[in-house]
Amino acid sequence: MKGARKAHATRATAVVGHPVRRKDGLDKVTGAARYIDDLVLPGLLYGTTIRSTISRGEIASVHLDFDTTGFTIVSARDIPGKNVVSLIEADQPSLADGRVEHVGEAILLLAHADKERLLDVRVSIDYRPAAPVVEPELSPTTFKEITIAKGDLGRGFAEADLVVEGEYRTGHQEHLYIETNGVLAVPGDGGITVHGSLQCPYYVHRALCELLSLPERKVRVIQTETGGGFGGKEDYPSVLAGHAALLALKSGRPVKMVYDRAEDMLATTKRHPAIVRHRTGVTRDGHLTAIDIEVLLDGGAYVTLSPVVLSRGLLHATGPYRCDHVRVHGRVVKTNTPPNGAFRGFGAPQTQFAAEVHMDRIGEQLGLDPIQVRERNALRPGDTMATGQRIEANGGALRVLREAARRTRFRQRRRALRGTDRGLGVALFFHGAGFTGSGEVKLRSKATLELTRRGVRVGVTATEIGQGARTVLAQIVATALGIPYEHVEMPPADTSLAPDSGPTVASRTTMIVGRLLELAARDLKRRLRGRTPAESWRAHGPISVTKEYTPPPGLTWDEEQYVGDAYGTWAWACDVAEVELDRDTGIVRPLRITSVADIGRVIHPVMARGQMEGGTAQAVGYALTEEVVMRDGRMANAQLTNYLIPTTADTPEIDVVFVERPYRNGAFGAKGVGELPMDGGAPAIVNALRSLGADVRAVPATPERVLDALSKG
Amino acid sequence: MRFTLNGRTVDVRAHPMKRLLDVLREDCHLTGTKEGCGEGECGACTVLVDGEAVNACLVPFAQVRGARVTTIEGLRGRRRLQEAFVEHGGAQCGICTPGMIVAAAALGRRPNLDDIKTGLAGNLCRCTGYSGIYRAIEAAAVPLRPARRRGARGKRR
Ligand code: FES
Ligand code: FES
Repeated sequence: MKGARKAHATRATAVVGHPVRRKDGLDKVTGAARYIDDLVLPGLLYGTTIRSTISRGEIASVHLDFDTTGFTIVSARDIPGKNVVSLIEADQPSLADGRVEHVGEAILLLAHADKERLLDVRVSIDYRPAAPVVEPELSPTTFKEITIAKGDLGRGFAEADLVVEGEYRTGHQEHLYIETNGVLAVPGDGGITVHGSLQCPYYVHRALCELLSLPERKVRVIQTETGGGFGGKEDYPSVLAGHAALLALKSGRPVKMVYDRAEDMLATTKRHPAIVRHRTGVTRDGHLTAIDIEVLLDGGAYVTLSPVVLSRGLLHATGPYRCDHVRVHGRVVKTNTPPNGAFRGFGAPQTQFAAEVHMDRIGEQLGLDPIQVRERNALRPGDTMATGQRIEANGGALRVLREAARRTRFRQRRRALRGTDRGLGVALFFHGAGFTGSGEVKLRSKATLELTRRGVRVGVTATEIGQGARTVLAQIVATALGIPYEHVEMPPADTSLAPDSGPTVASRTTMIVGRLLELAARDLKRRLRGRTPAESWRAHGPISVTKEYTPPPGLTWDEEQYVGDAYGTWAWACDVAEVELDRDTGIVRPLRITSVADIGRVIHPVMARGQMEGGTAQAVGYALTEEVVMRDGRMANAQLTNYLIPTTADTPEIDVVFVERPYRNGAFGAKGVGELPMDGGAPAIVNALRSLGADVRAVPATPERVLDALSKG
Repeated sequence: MRFTLNGRTVDVRAHPMKRLLDVLREDCHLTGTKEGCGEGECGACTVLVDGEAVNACLVPFAQVRGARVTTIEGLRGRRRLQEAFVEHGGAQCGICTPGMIVAAAALGRRPNLDDIKTGLAGNLCRCTGYSGIYRAIEAAAVPLRPARRRGARGKRR
């Protein structure tokens, strides 16, 4: 163990830990990088989608009220395979067949060679509307229900001196990647090739095989340069790729579909809104004796990834705290809005918002400051979580909490700000890296290395979506193999060339796929027997090594009981936010956020910092301005003029500090980072408002909500 | 219609009401300029018209008759700025980057942080939280050899 860690340290003299030049940097700063909308092909058709304007009902009739010459038209009847978007359940049709369950549901697809002609399209649809379910609390349909239980809740509450209760709410959030969803489908050779802006090539691959009834080898999915994902290109591209492929197969011509902003906001997935209720037993000196949490997630009209979002949400619901008696129960239910799906954090930002605002309220009732109450309860090495997972010897939340308090001089600063319009708030949080439970075992990800004339080529379908996967994975390979970073080739993710290395989600790419590549590189190095790749190539020609995921020894998970190691490891972080409040308008200006994070070994300091900063900025939007206004199941503000993401003017200064505690089963000691920063910003900001007398319990904390809280306070 | 595109006089035939963004991308095949919203809110389509940063999605083609249009592809002499975006984490997914760099180029050679924030307030980035962008622009503004350059500037004054 010790030896292994030492070995990591010496190898780090190569490029791991250094800010090497990002592989895609030059193309991105010169405008040479090619995104989906930059591609054109001879004979190209442009596709468009006719969508439901009601949130629930039957389709009585469809009339085309325009000149259809030259158009390719596809309806549910044209689907050669199963009319489903294959993911967890088979409940979501690719095209509505007789009934619709949400506004924006696709009913008809059209394509034409002349983009302008698409503007003339007039389709009238008669519906027999039904009453939609828009309030999750009133939903009769549960997609998934999960309970996590530990100890004896009755005993825990009996030991308590005080019981603190509260309800917390979070809203939808729109990903707002600056590049909208888009794909290009090219028919040929009895099959289909889809190029697209996407995170998970093999998800799309599987969905296309089912929809088109094609064998695996007749479907090829290639990722193009992707202008942001954040989870919004995890599940949705399977829908869009299916549509473009249907049009392409019917017309026999390539078809491009790129959503405009309004369509992207109206029709694609969002973050699940949540209602979280806490009931907590606590002793007078501030120790938690019982935690009882009830979570309700709004799934939208179809299941998509909701069961897994619920699972992750519940596994993070207690926050990073120790307690012997815990019950976490949750449901995700159906409503008639567009389906909610994956979004950075995946359920954890919702539940940890509740946990952290609740923790401040517990502290308040006991007369403990926010640091004290967290210090008493923060998970420490050897402690067990709600599922019984034991905290590693170099894990736990205490270290980042103390470092954040020290660095921001939390107590002094709070005292200094007393009586002003500035407030300081803290949030302590964690994020499980990789797929939940036995997810990684089921995925059985693979990664390949192929020798080239001067180095190696990496064969993975992990996607570069801006986070730096291309660069970081190459650093890992170069370092493990002992060759120059520049000699590691990173081709685009292509299902016809690379094995399934799992989806690019769940903060898993560096830790899991990186680890596979590290092992493959070590293997390859042994086979080179001291030769350079070039020498070996000359002597023996190509060699390739493929590694498949095997779980680290000792990890156990019981899916039925929700007991065991929910994640291979956890990243830990603590945010301190300083905000300024205008008491007349309710406008909150975030001034500074300090984020202390343990993400294991940092592979690329600039990119790791970039993940923390960018994720924190998204959390600021989630906390304050990003409000999806749903009216009868339709997003009423589907445009950038009134769905407000942080600009330079409202993004605070973000100070990132890494506490590096290496994880022995991650690539060179790395854990995950991508999602972590999304969990802390909102509660830290709302807790800062609390210190100013605004008892806010829902995000976004819009001026109206803040004024309302102030008037009650 | 005749205008100057990236330093060269060009004659492009397109509808006068066509968006400059589409003329550049479709008729001139310069796809470095991106579309993020089409409504003037995101700045992904930023280009320079006579040296000033504008949203190409809001400009009808007719408006650039005789004007000097500069896109990311024609941004000469700003290599340092571009390099700094690579080095300091100014570009992640890269979709906002061309617009961001063009807008940054219009800030002059040595903007301070406030200038940068104000100048880029119309350019959205969803990936970086802007910090990496500020670092890049500030780094590019720092002279290569501070001591000598400072002296030289002193003399010019
Ligand atoms: S595309 Fe022009 S401002 Fe967004
Ligand atoms: S780098 Fe992705 S939007 Fe700016």
